[in-house]
Amino acid sequence: MNENEIVPIVALTKAKKHFGAVRALDGISISVGSGDCIGLVGHNGAGKSTLVNLINGGLSPTEGRIEFANGTDPHAAGVRSVFQELSLCPNLTAAENLLVSHKAAAPFGWRKRLGKEVLASLDSIFPGHGVRVDVEIDTLSIAERQMVEIAIGFAPRGSEARLVILDEPTSSLDAGIAQQLLAHIRQFCADGGAVIFISHMLAEVFSVANRIVVLKDGKVVAEKPTAAFSRQGLVDAMGHVTGETEGGADLERKFGPVVVQTNQGLSARQGEIVGLSGLAGHGQAAALARLYLSRSSAWRSGKNPEVVFVAGDRQRDGILPLWSILRNVSISILQQGARWGLVDAKRDASVAEDWKHRIGIRTDDVRNPVLSLSGGNQQKVLFSRALASPAPIVVMDDPMRGVDIGTKQDVYAMLRNEAQKGRTFLWYSTETEEVCQCDRVFVFRDGEISAELTGAEITEERILEASFQMQEAS
Amino acid sequence: MNPLSKPWIWSWGAAAIVFFLTLALTSGRGAGELAYAALSFGAFAAIVGLGQMLVITLGPGNVDLSIPASMTLSATLALKVMGSEPGTAFFGLFVALAVGFGTGLANYALIFLLRLPPIIATLAASLIYQSIAIWSNRGLRIKPPPELADFATGRMFGVPNVAWVGIALAVAVWIVLEKSAWGRWLLASGQNLRAARLAGVPVESVRAATYISVATFAGLAGYLLASFSGGAALNMGAEYLLASIAVVVIGGSSIAGGNSNVPGVWGAALFMFLVVSMLNSYGAGAGVRNVLTGIIIIGIVIAASTKRVRL
Repeated sequence: MNENEIVPIVALTKAKKHFGAVRALDGISISVGSGDCIGLVGHNGAGKSTLVNLINGGLSPTEGRIEFANGTDPHAAGVRSVFQELSLCPNLTAAENLLVSHKAAAPFGWRKRLGKEVLASLDSIFPGHGVRVDVEIDTLSIAERQMVEIAIGFAPRGSEARLVILDEPTSSLDAGIAQQLLAHIRQFCADGGAVIFISHMLAEVFSVANRIVVLKDGKVVAEKPTAAFSRQGLVDAMGHVTGETEGGADLERKFGPVVVQTNQGLSARQGEIVGLSGLAGHGQAAALARLYLSRSSAWRSGKNPEVVFVAGDRQRDGILPLWSILRNVSISILQQGARWGLVDAKRDASVAEDWKHRIGIRTDDVRNPVLSLSGGNQQKVLFSRALASPAPIVVMDDPMRGVDIGTKQDVYAMLRNEAQKGRTFLWYSTETEEVCQCDRVFVFRDGEISAELTGAEITEERILEASFQMQEAS
Repeated sequence: MNPLSKPWIWSWGAAAIVFFLTLALTSGRGAGELAYAALSFGAFAAIVGLGQMLVITLGPGNVDLSIPASMTLSATLALKVMGSEPGTAFFGLFVALAVGFGTGLANYALIFLLRLPPIIATLAASLIYQSIAIWSNRGLRIKPPPELADFATGRMFGVPNVAWVGIALAVAVWIVLEKSAWGRWLLASGQNLRAARLAGVPVESVRAATYISVATFAGLAGYLLASFSGGAALNMGAEYLLASIAVVVIGGSSIAGGNSNVPGVWGAALFMFLVVSMLNSYGAGAGVRNVLTGIIIIGIVIAASTKRVRL
C-alpha cells in the first residue's frame, strides 16, 4: 500500500461504536482501496457486523470518522452490502427487490428491465444457476435467496458497484456454488472493484483475500497481507482457546436399535450422528422438517419430547424475537420442572446460565434481549434450547450458519459426547467438512436420497460425486 | 428502569388525568361516585378486553369479532333458563359459560377445519349466534333472578361486585401469562408460530384454548351485564366490539402479537369510560364527543407505542 497513491473507497479513522455499555467497536482504523479484497475474520460478537453497518451507512459511529471516495455518502461511493441475515423482502420477486435499491428506475417497464439486470448478474456470478427471478423470494430455497441477494449486490443498479461487502455469503451455499462466487470475487477485484469478505470458513478467506483483518473484542488485532498468515497463525490471532488435538477419538462406536426410519429411506440408530448432504436446496431441509413434524404434535406436549429441532434459518424457524435469551433457551423445557402448570423460573434461569457458559453465549446477562446478540450467538441460543431438552433425537437443519470456528469445535465435541450417551443426531449441513464428522451420510439429489455412505466412504469426493449424479446401483 | 418504558403506565396515567379533569369541573365533588361508576362499567370492558388480548397476542390476523354476539347469546339463554326464578343464579352462570365455551369452540373449528381467516370466521359466526339469540328471545325481556340482580349491582368493601370479578379474572390471566407454561406457549406462538411449533410448542392446542377462553369471557361478561342492567337485549354487546379491541391497544399490548399487558387492559377500560363522562360533563355534543374520543385514543396509542424500545 504505497507507491501508486490509491484513493481509498472508504477510510475509517479511530471509529468507535458503543451500544450503551457495550463497546461493539473500540477504535478501528482501516482503509479499503480499489482492487482490495479484504478478508475480515473474528469470533461471534467480535464486531464484524457492526463494522459492516458503519461502512454501509446503516449506523453512524459514536466517535471517529468515516470518509468515502467522494464525500460522506456510502451509496454515492458505490458501497453495497450483502447480509448473512438475508435482507430481501420475501413477498417480492427478485426484480422487485432490486427496485428497492435501484438508483435509476423509470416508472414504466421496470419489472422486465430489472428482471433482466438481476438475471444478467446471476448469470455472470453463478453460471447455470437455474434460479427463477420472476417468482416471489419466499418460494426460493435459502441458498437461492442468498444467490439472488449476492447478485443484487453486484448488479449495476444504475451506477456501479465499487465496494461490495459480503457478510457470510457462503454459509448457506454448497461447495460448488461457493467456488463460483469466489471466482467472481477474484475477477471483480482484478477489474478494480473492492470486496470485504467476512467468513468463518478460513479456507475461503485464504483463497480469495489479498489482505486479512482480524477483529477481536471490537479492535483490529492483526492486519497483514494474506501470504503473511498461516492458518494456525490466523486462528491464534483470533484468540480462541481451541481444545482440539484429540482429533475425533476413533473409539469403536456402538449403536443401538434403529430409532428413525422414514419411507424416503432415511434411517438412524440410537447414538448415531447421521449427516445429510448434497447440494443446497435438494430436499434435505424439507426431509428433516417432515421428520420433525411427524414425530411431534401440534396438540400435545409432554415432559419427554421424542425429538427436538435446531433451526438454521433462525429468523424463520428459531428465534422468538421479542424475548430474552433466557426465555428463548427455556421454551422447550418449560414442563420439566413445572408444577400445577406453573414454570419453575429458578430452574430455567440456572439452565440458561449453565448453557451460557457451556456453549459460550457472549452476553453478560441472559436476561438481555435475544436480538442483542450477534447472529452466531443467536445460533448458540438455539443449540442450547435443543441440547437442554432430554429428547433422544435431535434434528439439525444446517445449524452452524455464522458460528465461528472455535465454537464449532466445541459443539462437535459436545455432539460426540451426547451421542456417546445415546442421543441420535440428524444433521444437515452445507459444509462438507462438517458432514465428514458423521457416522453415516445420506446424500440428497432432487429431493431423493442418491447415496448412503458409511465410515471410510465418507469423503468429499464421494459426496460430490453423489450430489451430481444418481448412482447406478440398486 | 425508566417507568415510562412500562406500556401500561400510559393507560393508567391517561385514566388518572381524565379523572382529575372531570373533577376539576365539579371542584372535587362526586369523586367517589365517578370512581364507582368507572369501576362498574369498566369491568365489562375489562373482562372482554382480557379475552381479546389473549387472541390478539396470538399474532397478526387473530381477533375475535364475535364477542358481542357471544355476549348476547349467552345472556339471552342464561336468562331464559333461569326464568327469573330465585336460586337459579349458578345454573344460569353455568349455562352462560357453557354457551360461551360452545361459541369459542365453533369459532376455532371454522378457523382450523375450514382454514378461514379469524376475522372472517368470527364475523360470519357472529351472525349465526345473533340469529339464534333473536330466535330464542322473541322480543321477551326476562328479568334476572332478584338475588343475582342484587349481586350484579351490589358492592363489597365499597367496590362494585362486577369489578371484583373483573379484577379476579385479571389476576388469573396475569398468572397464566407470566407464570405458566401455557402462557409462555401463547406468547411464543404470537411471536413466530412456525418457530414455536419447531420448538415443541403445541400450537394448535394453544390456539384452540385461546379462542375458547375469549368466548367464555364474553359469556361471563354477557351474564353479568344482563344481570346488572335488568335483562338481556339484542344490542347489549354492540359497543364491546370496538371497546374490546381498543382497551387492548390502549393498554399497551402489541397489536403485532407476542406481547400482552394485563394491567394496561384495566387502565384502558377505566379510561374509556372516564373519557366519555368527562366530555359529557364538559357539555360536548355526541359528534364532538366521538371525534375527541377518537383523537384521544390515537394519541395514547402513539405515546405508548413509540416508547417501546425494540433492540
